[in-house]
Amino acid sequence: MNKDRPDNTPESEERRAVLGKMASVTFAGLMLSGVLARAQDAAPQKTLIPAEPFRASSDAHQDVLIRMQGELERAMQRPINERRWGMVIDIRKCIGCSSCTVGCVMENKLPPGVVYRPVIDKEKGTYPNVERTFLPRPCMQCEDPACTPVCPVGATWKREDGIVVIDYDACIGCRYCLTACPYQARTFDFGEHWTDNAAQGADGALALTAARDYQNPPNFEYGKHWKRGEGIIPKSPVGNARKCTFCTHRLDQGMLPMCVSTCVGRATFFGDLNDPKSLVAELAEAPNASILKPEAGTHPNVYYLK
Amino acid sequence: MNRNAKIFFWVIWILMALLGGNGVIERLTMGHRLAAYTSYVPWGMWVAAYIFFIGLSAGAFLLSSLVYVFGVHKLERIAKLSLFVAATTLVMSLLTIWFDLGHMERNYEVFTRPHFHSMMAWMVWLYSAYFALLLGELYYALRRDLKKLSADAVRDDDRKLKRLATIGIPLAIAFHGGVGALFGTVTARPFWNSPIYPIIFLVGALLSGGALMTFIVAALWPEKDEAWEDLLRFLGKIVLGFLLFDLLLDWADYSIPLWYGVGPEATIVKYVLFGPFWYVYWIVHLLFGVTIPAYLLSRKQDAKSIGIASVLVAVTFFAIRLNLVIPGLVTPELRGLEHAYIDPIGGHLSYHYVPSFFEWQVLMGVVALGMALFYLGQKYLPLMQTFNNREVSK
Ligand code: SF4
Ligand code: SF4
Repeated sequence: MNKDRPDNTPESEERRAVLGKMASVTFAGLMLSGVLARAQDAAPQKTLIPAEPFRASSDAHQDVLIRMQGELERAMQRPINERRWGMVIDIRKCIGCSSCTVGCVMENKLPPGVVYRPVIDKEKGTYPNVERTFLPRPCMQCEDPACTPVCPVGATWKREDGIVVIDYDACIGCRYCLTACPYQARTFDFGEHWTDNAAQGADGALALTAARDYQNPPNFEYGKHWKRGEGIIPKSPVGNARKCTFCTHRLDQGMLPMCVSTCVGRATFFGDLNDPKSLVAELAEAPNASILKPEAGTHPNVYYLK
Repeated sequence: MNRNAKIFFWVIWILMALLGGNGVIERLTMGHRLAAYTSYVPWGMWVAAYIFFIGLSAGAFLLSSLVYVFGVHKLERIAKLSLFVAATTLVMSLLTIWFDLGHMERNYEVFTRPHFHSMMAWMVWLYSAYFALLLGELYYALRRDLKKLSADAVRDDDRKLKRLATIGIPLAIAFHGGVGALFGTVTARPFWNSPIYPIIFLVGALLSGGALMTFIVAALWPEKDEAWEDLLRFLGKIVLGFLLFDLLLDWADYSIPLWYGVGPEATIVKYVLFGPFWYVYWIVHLLFGVTIPAYLLSRKQDAKSIGIASVLVAVTFFAIRLNLVIPGLVTPELRGLEHAYIDPIGGHLSYHYVPSFFEWQVLMGVVALGMALFYLGQKYLPLMQTFNNREVSK
């Protein structure tokens, strides 16, 4: 594919949507039958729907990813101001594999130093009575974000569907919002590349061509094409604040956020909190649902099940 | 200044200018990659330098207003000089913070996309107004010496000066209080989030700006006569007064969170006092910035002691600013975040911050430029008029 060609023709949109769904469903099938290691030899088409259903779902015979996919499509039918995207992370199920972090880095082509969803590894107690828990930390898409009012140029705001976005073309890179977020969910794009400091071979830079093929194509955040670049006038998002967007560009294509699709432990749930029948709304209401740092007063839309 | 001292200063200046030029070129071509501040400690030495310089500006300006608004005759001789120093340090501060932006070319957006909630936006609007006012005041203060004016015109200029300076006082208080509020309003940062900040900033500005002016008068005044010594003693008293007042605010700011020793703010105050950079507080600030100057200013009355004391206060005040910006950022907002994901290339996901050489270079460049501006100003503008030659000009 020509990497500069805008990839938003109707056919390609459809193709991306279908591919995304297929990816999620394939993954669902693979994971639930517990055959990740044998994935290559198994014929995935036949085993898409797991035999053993996933219990968190109200429909006992439907996989959560499929359910959330359906709910997502339903939510996208409604006007944007009637949706309120939310996420629930079940930390009892999180195995700390960082698939979400990596999936996010791939999806958004994040350079070194920029991270939207790190997984915090917590160790409690002393040996041999030790417990490890993992806490993925996306942007909380707060109801009352602390990061938006500080921006001197109004380059960041809360969308009608609850997602807190940054206008890369307006952000002046003052980093005030980075100091204001109580979850440190924003990072600054310093203009680094994964191939910086890479080894040089006799015939030029080793591994650079392949790496550059990966790092030079644009990313699709906010449904646009962003080609990073440095220089006196850096090309955004270099020099900007960056943050998790709940993959707005994927939602627009009817796909779940990348971290939800790649979550090995099936620990991340996503959907419309305004839809009382949705899985996230159900889980967010659960008695064991909590938010991080409630004292910050920002009212996160990301809940944790403990 | 004797010959050797002059040569020494020139060598230092050229060195700073060269390193600074290199730093600025690196900044323009490589962006922020060489900087040591990170996404977790997003503001570093440049922000500290910015609030330091802008404080010097506000302080020097308020000193000049004592003359133009309140008619404090003792300070009349240094009013123009104060205005000029205020303008120079303002240029230095704006340049420093400009280099700190991720997109320097978009700075105008603060005016084209105004966001009335943002304390930062208010600060920018206020200091822009202040800058314009400062230039206006300088114009009316210097015009009479640059070309022949009738007595009426001079009186008219005096009236305009008084008017501008009167507007300038609330403006300088608002904008520098605003710089304090920029930090004070950030609720996510317990160390900054304090209602006393705007006041601390104002007192700090008066202290550091007053000390800088005192030092300049002590070191560079052309006519070291009786009146000059008198003026210095008066300035020395002002500096001492603000020094003690600032110490009191310091005590308030640190002792309250530290009293029971628990809570996030106490952790940070302990970090400032006993952490890896303890010497910045105890040695640089308390010993060289407070104890020695306070001793010199209260016990010795000679010009040399006052000069040394005030340069110590002015320079070490930068340590106070560093100790305000950086400790507010060094503790993770979520425990464990420091190990969750790292940046193997540039190290920009770290809570450990020590300014890089590149940052020092850019800062040196800004200081060298400020010194050059000052040098040219005092050489070509009638900034330092003694009473004698003023008499002559009349
Ligand atoms: S988590 Fe931080 S960046 Fe995200 S919306 Fe809340 S305050 Fe803003
Ligand atoms: S870094 Fe960008 S988004 Fe954040 S406050 Fe500054 S201009 Fe606004």
